[in-house]
This record gives sequence, C-alpha cells and structure tokens, in this order.
Amino acid sequence: MKSDSTAGPNRESPATREAVDRRDFLWEALKASLGVPIALCIVRVPELHGMQEEGDADVERIYGMGIDIRKCIGCGRCAQACKSENDVPDEPYFFNTWVERYVIRTDGEILVDSPNGGIDGFPPIEEEGSTLRTFFVPKLCNHCEEAPCVQVCPVGATFTTDDGAVLVDEEYCIGCGYCVQACPYGARWFDPVKHVARKCTFCYHRLARGKVPACVEVCPTSARLFGEVGHRANPLARFLRFNEIQVLKPHLNTKPKVFYANLDGEVR
Amino acid sequence: MQGYIYPNEFELRWGLLIVLYPYLTGLVAGAFILASLARVFNVKEVEPTYRLALLTALAFLIVAPLPLVAHLGHPERSYEIFLTPNRKSAMAMFGFVYAWYLMVVLLLEIWFDYRRDLVLTAREATGPRKWFYYTLTLGATDLSDRALQFDDRVGRWITIIGIPSAFLLHGYVGFIFGSVKANPWWSSVLMPVVFLFSAIVSGIALVMIIYLVATLFRSKKVDMGCADKLASFLFYAIVVDFSLEMLDFIHRLYEAEESIEILSQLIEGRLFVSLIVLQIVLGTLVPLISLGVVSPALSKRSIARIPAEVRRLIYLGCAILVQIGIFSIRWNVVIGGQLFSKSLRGLTAYKAELLGLEGLLVAGVLLVLPFLVLGVLVKILPPWPDTELPASPEA
Ligand code: SF4
Ligand code: SF4
Repeated sequence: MKSDSTAGPNRESPATREAVDRRDFLWEALKASLGVPIALCIVRVPELHGMQEEGDADVERIYGMGIDIRKCIGCGRCAQACKSENDVPDEPYFFNTWVERYVIRTDGEILVDSPNGGIDGFPPIEEEGSTLRTFFVPKLCNHCEEAPCVQVCPVGATFTTDDGAVLVDEEYCIGCGYCVQACPYGARWFDPVKHVARKCTFCYHRLARGKVPACVEVCPTSARLFGEVGHRANPLARFLRFNEIQVLKPHLNTKPKVFYANLDGEVR
Repeated sequence: MQGYIYPNEFELRWGLLIVLYPYLTGLVAGAFILASLARVFNVKEVEPTYRLALLTALAFLIVAPLPLVAHLGHPERSYEIFLTPNRKSAMAMFGFVYAWYLMVVLLLEIWFDYRRDLVLTAREATGPRKWFYYTLTLGATDLSDRALQFDDRVGRWITIIGIPSAFLLHGYVGFIFGSVKANPWWSSVLMPVVFLFSAIVSGIALVMIIYLVATLFRSKKVDMGCADKLASFLFYAIVVDFSLEMLDFIHRLYEAEESIEILSQLIEGRLFVSLIVLQIVLGTLVPLISLGVVSPALSKRSIARIPAEVRRLIYLGCAILVQIGIFSIRWNVVIGGQLFSKSLRGLTAYKAELLGLEGLLVAGVLLVLPFLVLGVLVKILPPWPDTELPASPEA
C-alpha cells in the first residue's frame, strides 16, 4: 500500500487555505489548461473544487479520533500499518503514530517505553510483582484546533483544512523545523529524504475516498475510532457521548481532536 | 539516552548552525548598541571605537543569515518567507526585521557617517579607485558646512531609530525561542530581555577584542581611556545580564512546575560543563570579578593599581572569556532545549560532527567569515580616527 500522490490531501482538499492560495491557483490554472474554460476556473474555483470531490462540500464537518485506553492491547499493528500506508521510513525514530507502554510501580515509579514504536511488541515487564498498573497509549498528531505548529510555520506550509485536519504541504515546506520544536506532543518528524517536516495526516488520501485511517482500520480491538466531532450520528460522536474524555496536555490550550477514554493522569 | 523520549525526538532538529544564528545576531545588536550609546550620549572616551563598532555590526550582519539559510531542508525555497509570510509566525518576520535593520539603519548610518571621507578620498584617488569611491558617495559630493551639519543631524536621528531597532533585532530572536510554549526550557517572557542584554555584553566584548588586537597589529598605542571606559561598560552590562539570568533561574526554581525535575537533571548532567562551568563561572563570574578589581573607571581609586600593559591583557582575557560564555548561553538555549523530551521523562544526547553541513568545520568557517568581511570593510572604509585623511579643501 502506497499513498496515492495524485489523490494526496494537499491538492484534492475540499478545504480552502489561507497561506497557500497562490499554489492552489496555479494548480487550478494547470487543470484549466487541460480543458476547463479558464474563466470558469478562476471565478468558481472553490465550488468546482468541492463538487468534484464529495458532492457535499458545503456540509461542515470536523474530523477527530477517539482512543479507548482500556481496549488497547499494545499489538502495534496501527503503527505498522501507518508506516506502510504513508511511506514512513523504517528507522525507529520516524513515526506518525506509535504505542507507548506505561508501567506504574507500587512505589510510584513510572516506566514508559515504546521500542520501535511498539511495532515489534514489548519486552516482558521486569519484577512483575511490584507493578501497580500497566496500560498502552497509542499516540499520534492531535490535529490540534489551536495548533502551535500551524502558528509558527513561517511560510504557511503547515495548515488546517476546513475539516480540521492539520497537514503539511510538502512542496512548500522550507524545512526550517520550527514546527517540530513547537509541537508539544513529539508528533512531527523530519523526512531524511524529502527534507521536509512530516506527520500524521489522518490518512487524508483515504478520507477523500470515504475510508477511515489505516490505523483505525487495522486495530483488532477497535481501540481506535474515527469520525466527526459534533452532533451527527457517527462512531466518534457516540464515543464522546458514552465515555469520560480526556486530551493530552490540556493546560497548553492546543485543543486536541484526538480524544482519549480511560486515560491515566500520568500520561503526557 | 536516558529515561523515555518520544520516538520522533531521537534526532535533534536544530544543531550547531542554529546556535550560531543567535550568537551572530547578538554580536550585531551589541556592537551597534555600543556605537549608538556612545553617539547619542556623547561618550567621548569610546569615540575611537565608534566606526569600528558600526563596521563590526555590518560584517556580522552580513554573515548572520547564512547559518539560518544553510540549515533549511530546502534553502532554495527560503524566498517564500518574503512572498507568503505567515503573519502569525514569529519566524516569518525575520526577513523583514533583518532587511529593515540592514537597509534602513546600518547602511544609512554608515553612509552618512562616512560621506565626507568618501568624497575626500574620491577627490584624491585616481583611476578605478576614484570611480569606486565616487559611486559610494552616490553622487552626493557637497561638503559645505550645511551639508555636513545635515549629515550629522540625520546620522543622529538614524542612531536614535537604530537603538530600538537593534533591540528589536535581537529581542525578536529571543522571542522565537521564548514563545514556544511546548518547551519549558525556552518558554519564558524574560527570554527576549535576557537575549538582549547578553547581546550587549557580547557586542561590547567583541569590539574590545577587535580594537585591542587591531591596534596591536597596526602598532599604534591603545587609547587607555577608551579601553577603561569599554571595560566599565562591559562590567555594567554583565551585571544586568547576570541578574536577569538569575532572576529567571530563581523564578523557575521557586515555581517548580511540572518540568522542574527533568530540567534539574539536565543542568546537573548534560549541561553541567556548558552552563555551570563555561557560562556562569568562566564566562560571567571570572570576568566580572577581574573587571571589578582592575578597571579604574569603576571607582576613582581602583582597588588595585595595575600598569596599563597588564590591564590591557586582562581586558583582552576577560573579553575572550565573555565570548566563550555568551556562545555557551546560545548553546545552552538551543541545544539544551532539545536535550530533554517533551514527555518530561527522559534526556537525549547531541554529538556535533566534524564534517557535514551541521558540523564543526562549517561552524568554524562561519565564525571566521565575519572577520574577513570586516577586514575588507576596514580596507574600504578606514575606521581609525588617527588615519591621515586627505586635507579638506574647505578646511
Ligand atoms: S499534535 Fe503537534 S503536529 Fe499535530 S496539530 Fe498539534 S501541534 Fe501540530
Ligand atoms: S519545517 Fe516546513 S512545515 Fe515546519 S514550520 Fe518550517 S516550513 Fe513550516
């Protein structure tokens, strides 16, 4: 499975974006030269764009993810699926999503690990007897509503789509790395080949085809859920309704859209 | 590695080149502020270094953006920062702040200050040299009293605008770090202020070094009045800078937020040499005490009466130590801020390589380059007050 670059999120996005208008325009102009009358293209770009895609571009929706800590068994299949779906280098320090294991000892000591992002499983816990509780926490970009990475990007290569996904335009990113510093969650990594910042896209190319993100699809226990934040009936809405919800590092006011159920206070 | 770090944090994104950037801009701002204060407040003693400080600022300003551009993943796209700046991004403003400072402040000030000399040299010279200097005058060759008075007045105004601009230039660099709320080591309102004062410290020390060494090479006599004054400025600047840093430190310690544990581990371990030994002891306390004891400008009867030659050496030694200290500050901010995980559960390590773009070699070249540029500038625009100028016909 490779991400299909022509269906990539940057171009086919139903979103209109502030900072990269010029690029959008050029893209549209290119399309126009392939047959669509130029006048129509310039005047009616947004509508055209939306209709081609979904047919319901005017329906407002905000994507989000729900993760139930109690259901996660730490198998790491999500992290594995993400690597192949999104063409993430194999090295153990590039992850769009990874799974952490927490071991909390009776004496209050907290041990966290995530060997190869959890893809190869976890080593046995030492001194089993002194363990108070243990659990797994899948992590990924939170697609923050108030995303610090979007705020700091000097050229607007990192942007928020209308449906709330935070994406990087790889042809626009100058590779300054400011966003890597600004993300409080360690969700961003620097592509050693493309020399641009990268991160989880919520599998935007899959969303455009009506599928859920790869990590959600492969999760054997349905610990991960994908859907829309808001009132309409969908898996995420139900999840938010029937669980006590927490987000990571709420004091930073980033307003994450990855919601956790049964999250332990020690997680950060 | 020690404890737990997020997997993506394994690689430090900002390396040695980004350490250089605040270091170099700091020197620019500092040298300029020294020159400006001398001019605006009419400090006669440091006049011999006025032009030297301006040229130093220019030389370092020319080199300052190089490390920044070099570290980008896509330097060839860097112009986008001018074309489509994200107005909410602190970094996006860099280009504009830089351009403003270079064009409006520094070049203009230098031009007005040197115009008379340029015209005189152009009249004296022959051949291509004549044309070169004539071009530099931009055709403004009027040397009447009124014209010269005008130069002086405008120059003074530019200086007055220049001081806040220099504050902006470097305070802004501090803001780039200070505004990152994700990073408890950086996130602080004091950051821009601390950056600014450390910049002033480093600028004064740099001008002192260049002045002392250059006079030695030109086999001229050092103006001790000037050196003593510079030393006292340096002393006061260090006092303010150090107090601010201590304030920041005590504040953090007293508030003892979530991050305190990992930050103490950082200071006691990874940063011990660069922070405690280099920055605080060698870079701050030793120069502070030495200057306090030696400088006659600080007290009418200096504690120890020390012959000029020795004093000069001590000043030079202090100024060099200060440079090491300030470089360590930049290192501790930039590298130190990435050595601990944002999970606050672990520490990572940084190893500077010798070769490669982010390596020691490139960094060394970028540190020497401004001095070469300065050498050229000094050749074109001699800053020494004792240089024989062709006699002005009006005079
Ligand atoms: S989690 Fe990090 S990368 Fe994702 S939107 Fe928030 S700040 Fe940006
Ligand atoms: S690395 Fe790219 S996406 Fe990140 S802030 Fe810099 S230009 Fe923007």
